[in-house]
Amino acid sequence: MPDYSIADLERWDERIREQAAAFGLDVYPQEFEICDHNDMLGYMAYSGMPSHYPHWSYGKSFEKLKTMYDYGVSGLPYEMVINSNPALAYLMRDNSLCLQILTIAHVYGHNDFFKNNFNFRQTRAEFTLGTFKAHAHRVRSYVEDPSIGYERVESILDAAHAISFEMRRNRAIRKLSQDEERQRLYEASQPRPDPFRKLHRAPEYQAPDLRRVPAVPEEDLLLFIRDHNPYLAEWERDLLTIVHEEACYFLPQIETKIMNEGWASYWHREILNALELPSELHLEFLVRHNQVVRPHPGGLNPYHIGLKVWDEIRRLHDDPTSEEKRAASLGGGGRDALFETRSVDRDASFLRRYLSEKLMRELDLFQYEQRNEDHVVTKVSDQESWREVKDTLIRSVGTGTIPVIKITDADFGGNRTLYMVHEHDGRDLLLEYAERTLQHLHRLWGREVALESLIDGKKTLLAFGDHGFAAKPAR
Amino acid sequence: MPGAVFRPFRRSEAERSDRSAGDRLRHREKVRESIRENIADIVAEESIIGKSGDKIIKVPIRGLREYRFVYGDNAPGAGQGDGQTQPGDVVGKGRKEGPGQGDKAGDKPGQDFYETDVTLDELIDIMFEDLELPDLERRALRKIPAERMAKRKGYRQVGIRIRLDKRRTARERVRRILATRRLSGQSPRPPGTSAAEADRQRKPFHTEDLTYRHVVTDVRNESNAVVMCIMDTSGSMDTMKKYLARSYFFLLYQFIATKYRSVELIFIAHHTEAREVTEDEFFHKAESGGTFISSGYQRALDIIEERYHPSLWNIYVFHCSDGDNFDSDNPAALRTARQLAEVANLFGYGEIKPLGSRYYESSMLNLFRRLDADNFQTVVIERKEDIWPSFRAFLSKDRARVADDAAAPA
Repeated sequence: MPDYSIADLERWDERIREQAAAFGLDVYPQEFEICDHNDMLGYMAYSGMPSHYPHWSYGKSFEKLKTMYDYGVSGLPYEMVINSNPALAYLMRDNSLCLQILTIAHVYGHNDFFKNNFNFRQTRAEFTLGTFKAHAHRVRSYVEDPSIGYERVESILDAAHAISFEMRRNRAIRKLSQDEERQRLYEASQPRPDPFRKLHRAPEYQAPDLRRVPAVPEEDLLLFIRDHNPYLAEWERDLLTIVHEEACYFLPQIETKIMNEGWASYWHREILNALELPSELHLEFLVRHNQVVRPHPGGLNPYHIGLKVWDEIRRLHDDPTSEEKRAASLGGGGRDALFETRSVDRDASFLRRYLSEKLMRELDLFQYEQRNEDHVVTKVSDQESWREVKDTLIRSVGTGTIPVIKITDADFGGNRTLYMVHEHDGRDLLLEYAERTLQHLHRLWGREVALESLIDGKKTLLAFGDHGFAAKPAR
Repeated sequence: MPGAVFRPFRRSEAERSDRSAGDRLRHREKVRESIRENIADIVAEESIIGKSGDKIIKVPIRGLREYRFVYGDNAPGAGQGDGQTQPGDVVGKGRKEGPGQGDKAGDKPGQDFYETDVTLDELIDIMFEDLELPDLERRALRKIPAERMAKRKGYRQVGIRIRLDKRRTARERVRRILATRRLSGQSPRPPGTSAAEADRQRKPFHTEDLTYRHVVTDVRNESNAVVMCIMDTSGSMDTMKKYLARSYFFLLYQFIATKYRSVELIFIAHHTEAREVTEDEFFHKAESGGTFISSGYQRALDIIEERYHPSLWNIYVFHCSDGDNFDSDNPAALRTARQLAEVANLFGYGEIKPLGSRYYESSMLNLFRRLDADNFQTVVIERKEDIWPSFRAFLSKDRARVADDAAAPA
């Protein structure tokens, strides 16, 4: 039996809220649900959503989580919190009182982050639960429709999931309409005003191709296919919309994993220290806290790295070395700097701005590469190569792990082939996966799909058409 | 700011809502589908050959990956060390798959590699579903009466002492005494009678009191099969060839075992002479010397003669060899093979030619082409991926089906 009652939690919650408010955290109303490990596994499999549309991949993820849990490979999180208004968090029933206090404080950190970080601005937290419920309802209605059925819905969902995160990364930037894009294309093609026109030879005018679709390379694959494949049924379009909307909802969380966990860990530590816990609770808190934020040698613990960087930001402003002071006229206002960063950064920019050489060395960050069967360290954070290690790290957080693929032509060769370009940044695509993903794309587009990429330094065209997959050198 | 809402744990709700049940079921279905699709690869995995039925095996599932565009091998990663990391340290395992060996499922640590547990029996079910043989029910081609002991069937007054039912015997006696007393109108031992009088009135057991349990021998029709595995164990059969042969025998046994109530296994190893051996010797003992294929066939014929009469047993014979026979033995081999084809339901010859060796080594295939029994089949196995397709081809010649089909209209 738990060593606390709901009344205890409410009492502690009140004190935690007081502290959070004093620190300046700005949160949505909060709801907590106490659940056992089965519920927790269920919530984890469905990304915390109380209702979610059915798909076998969630069954797979449940089985995987359950197996890992049953065999003790991995425990369950102490909590789970979803970005909604009011914010909904699940607390494990079997946690001790100390853990619940820590967790509640941690949840308020996430809550503040969800409400204030710019990445989350377009997720419309007040509609989260309703949206997911409506999605579930719509998908179920298609499944139950005798003219559609489970198999066909599943086939579309399988394909849509495969490309769900191929989308514009910065959702805070407004997407231009087609007309606006054409307008810009036209304006860009116009000769610049030149005060010395009389002296210069008139530049040769190149007419922009305004009939091309898309006018500029398009990143939102699902939406583009939805809007430009006339042969999709209405329910198929709706499924693509649903998958796209869910991906939009989860993208900010992918983009801010390190920041978000670091932020929540920073504030649960501050709040619990300010609470002046009785000594036995305080000792347990120290143990738990150090478990959560300890480094994972060989991997990356976002709690650890995030917390270290937040601490660094604070120190940089409140207690800079004379050298740092000279470099960036810092000093004072560490708290303001924290809150500003929390609002305007994402993992990539957060690390780029604040991960210094000194901190990298302290964290012992390194870069590894694949050598035969092993991961071998190739660079460590020394004077020579810390910048490269940092670049590698930044490329492996957030959406840096998702290849950037853009549609450049929806009517390639005049036969409605979908032509895409992979923006190669030194990392090749995994061919086996590319092939199967193209197969899914072909399923959605209905005509041949082609992807231009670099494989082993050679420009290659990966195509999937009616006759299957082919890889050939590209022009 | 209002306080947070706490919703307490409610057990009833937790038990009611197994929300992932439907998705898990669908996932299991897909796992089965995937196994079925990759059955040829799975069957060829070393790890499952020769395991007992309830063993859980791990099957790498390829179909259940959720494909996306991901980066490949040349993408470097970043990690955190313990403070003393040096260039050159090995910090983990990557993809197992190297260039040129595409057998094993590739995996990325922590990514979409997935193994599922199935029992061997489950796997075999799926395998034979895949065969789509309609005759799995036709177990009884040749029924033989099998005597099973000790089925109780009522009571009798005669029998052997060991089956005497003491309780019932005693009851019979009491019943008889009460019956006679009622007839004669006597009361049980009236007061005042002497001990001598009482002794005169003793009521011993009579022969007709004795009750014996009656036991009949149970006769049931059983369908029996014997699988005869014949293998060339001459010097030229190396480990790889033996492994291929073994996979084949394994499949054959498993398949026959689904069709018949009791299946016996006979192992015959031959080089120039043939011996009946245990399974362990069969697969692990290397011998040397030349090859007389006829010796193996003759030994099989002898064993059938002695123990497995074709009218009582369904006989499946399979022979694995690398086709390297002494020329002088060929006529005898053909003759004995013909005899075997006559008595067996199915007789197969598998020639194991690991890739490339096929063109310069001698072969028995030409010789066996002259044997035109409809239940005889030759297959060539070059690598482990061939096992499953050739096994399917082999089973399609089963005489049991032909005979049953012929018998059906009658």
